[in-house]
Amino acid sequence: MRELIHRKLERTAIGFVLAIILAASVGGIVEIAPLFTIDETVEDVEDMRLYTPLELAGRNIYIREGCYACHSQMIRTLRDEVERYGPFSLAVESKYDHPMLWGSKRTGPDLARVGGKYSDFWHVAHLTNPRDVVPESNMPAYAWLARTPLRLDDLGSHLEAQRSVGVPYTDEMIENAARDAFGQAVPDSEQASGVTERYGEETQVSAFDGVATRVTEMDALVAYLQVLGRLTKAAYQNTAAPEQVPDPTN
Amino acid sequence: MGQLTTRERDLAAAILLVLAIVGIAMAAAGQFDPLGVHGAVVLLYSLALLYLIMSSSFGPPPDPSRISRYYDDPIKVGVWFTLFWAIFGMFIGVWAAAQLAWPSLNFDTAWASFGRIRPAHTTGVIFGFGGNALIATSFHVVQRTSRARLADQLSPWFVLFGYNLFCILAVTGYFMGVTQSKEYAEAEWYADLWLVIVWVTYFILYIRTLARRREPHIYVANWYYMAFIVVVAILHIINNLTVPVSLGHAKSYTIWSGVQDSMVQWWYGHNAVAFFLTAGFLAMLYYYLPKRAERPIFSYRLSILSFWGITFFYMWAGSHHLHYTALPHWVQNLGMTFSVMLLVPSWASAGNALLTLNGAWHKVRDDATLRFIMMAAFFYGLSTFEGSFLAVRPVNSLSHYTDWTVGHVHAGALGWVALITYGSLYTLVPAIWKRERMYSAALVEVHFWLAFAGTVIYVFAMWNSGIIQGLMWRTYTGDGTLAYSFVDSLVAMYPYYIARAFGGLLFLIGAVVATYNIWMTVRGVPALAERHGDVPVAAPLPEGAATGPAE
Repeated sequence: MRELIHRKLERTAIGFVLAIILAASVGGIVEIAPLFTIDETVEDVEDMRLYTPLELAGRNIYIREGCYACHSQMIRTLRDEVERYGPFSLAVESKYDHPMLWGSKRTGPDLARVGGKYSDFWHVAHLTNPRDVVPESNMPAYAWLARTPLRLDDLGSHLEAQRSVGVPYTDEMIENAARDAFGQAVPDSEQASGVTERYGEETQVSAFDGVATRVTEMDALVAYLQVLGRLTKAAYQNTAAPEQVPDPTN
Repeated sequence: MGQLTTRERDLAAAILLVLAIVGIAMAAAGQFDPLGVHGAVVLLYSLALLYLIMSSSFGPPPDPSRISRYYDDPIKVGVWFTLFWAIFGMFIGVWAAAQLAWPSLNFDTAWASFGRIRPAHTTGVIFGFGGNALIATSFHVVQRTSRARLADQLSPWFVLFGYNLFCILAVTGYFMGVTQSKEYAEAEWYADLWLVIVWVTYFILYIRTLARRREPHIYVANWYYMAFIVVVAILHIINNLTVPVSLGHAKSYTIWSGVQDSMVQWWYGHNAVAFFLTAGFLAMLYYYLPKRAERPIFSYRLSILSFWGITFFYMWAGSHHLHYTALPHWVQNLGMTFSVMLLVPSWASAGNALLTLNGAWHKVRDDATLRFIMMAAFFYGLSTFEGSFLAVRPVNSLSHYTDWTVGHVHAGALGWVALITYGSLYTLVPAIWKRERMYSAALVEVHFWLAFAGTVIYVFAMWNSGIIQGLMWRTYTGDGTLAYSFVDSLVAMYPYYIARAFGGLLFLIGAVVATYNIWMTVRGVPALAERHGDVPVAAPLPEGAATGPAE
């Protein structure tokens, strides 16, 4: 009987295509659609911060260089992972991540909570030549990041695009994107105060690459690495294995 | 292109002119951005093809009798594209593998650092090598099994050259740092849009050719090619919904975020494995295996069972990439359940293939080409078993994030996808160039053993390193503290990274041998007298006159 039905189906190309679409759609619809409607998918937390323009630019460098190919940002709910890297990752922590960077491979360690674990200076030395601080490392060197000025003029359009996909940047943030990026990496400048006003007192303002007069790609990447895991404290309140929040002063 | 009519050449020239203008617009809008470089690439690509078209536009009109023959010219070009991308993609792969063992091999340049060449490797082999092989063989198989000529003369060229433009944009983009970071879908928004246009053309061409068939039934291989074309379109569009920063920026932000993005990404990622790397290549298996073995497919019912099983089950399995993460638990469990059930249709396919060889095993011994196909079916069975196994949560807790996953992928990619492709190419090349045989059977044999040894060395190295890595991460001392630092586990990996690069190198050498052998076949092997019956059927068959697959 089944075979007879199939013999008919095999005689019509369009019918066959429709059957394929039907069979193939079910799984995706059942698994993906509810993720947008069920409240429990993403936790509701009060203190979730946005990436500053400098951190977002750093995130884009992380993407551009393919860091996600070797570093995950997703601590699983397993004892050894929680003990090695910190509290397991919550959905809310990547709520504003377009795209998510959970990763699929750990040639290097997980970075979900690397923020605040090392000093800015360590990060710069490590990125300049990883083997200077970790002799056994096989990570590529990124010395040229410190020599490359960060493009600031288009950061406003980046924030605007982020807003159009759902990240709640305000008009004021968009307008001041380039100023804020500069101010975050140049602590003595007049622009520096605006960053903490707009993005919260927790925001780290620092001469990340050690040079407090200009903004390089190294500044942006280190700023991003330092904020990883520190946009909200929810994970520290919400886990079976509570841990101390890393000390934000380096 | 000698078979194109004047009108078709004019149309092609018009399309290329429009494309050249798009290239100029991209170059102008993106002058401070990598987009500008891609504008120049599009412009040069369209001008080069325009030159090709124009230089032949005053040639003699095509032979009117061409309509009574199969249209094999695009397939021949597709074979060269396939061979080129194989060597390119595998070379980058070996290089990337070597960088993991010797990190200074990027020579401190940005474009050659691991994070940038890794997607160039995956895109080069999956989309460049695999995709061109699928397009070329699908044009061959759909004509032969439908006993009809391709429905159109221009669109096959559009599909082939358009698709390769996508691959070029993708790969050159990664070297410049243009990437969405979505695994196996790294290409940015404009390349993705272009691929949609190409893919819709491909779909229409395929359906129109099937509509011309002189066989009442659509042969199994075509079911798989159709599933490949249709589902890849759905996956590609949904995964790549994105908002560009501006029309002058290559960079875009995906509309999906966080946990939803992870699910969409792996729904795409796992089904790229299913419908690109499995369905498409099963189509090759269902045509070239019975052809080469000269045996009919063992069971028609098993074919139906495995086809619909794969089409239905695979789409549920993507969430097994996200075990123990912030994805809701019920989705993880669904993914695991369906991944385990997938073993049934997968082994039905592999079993169907191996049982087809009953009565032809002496040919497997003597004919290296058939051995390629047999070994591919074997590795298909092996890696689908491994896939279901790794999808089980406790197993995944050990294997995830380690090299075991990489080993699993390469058991499939080298052992299944590449072996079935070369087996198919060695069958296809003498057939469409009308040569009596391959240039050298000995070189096919050499290639087989290089490929087989390379795959085995690679997969064993990654099994070892992956399991060691996973165990070291979770080993505790008697005091209840973690026994190893992360760096300890990295140090343990170095010998395996060297072994893996060596295995990959053997496989790459095999690909070079294959290219040489095919090149010499086209150049040097005497032509065969017109193959009896290798022409389309002129008039429609009466309903029900033939029920079996063609040829």
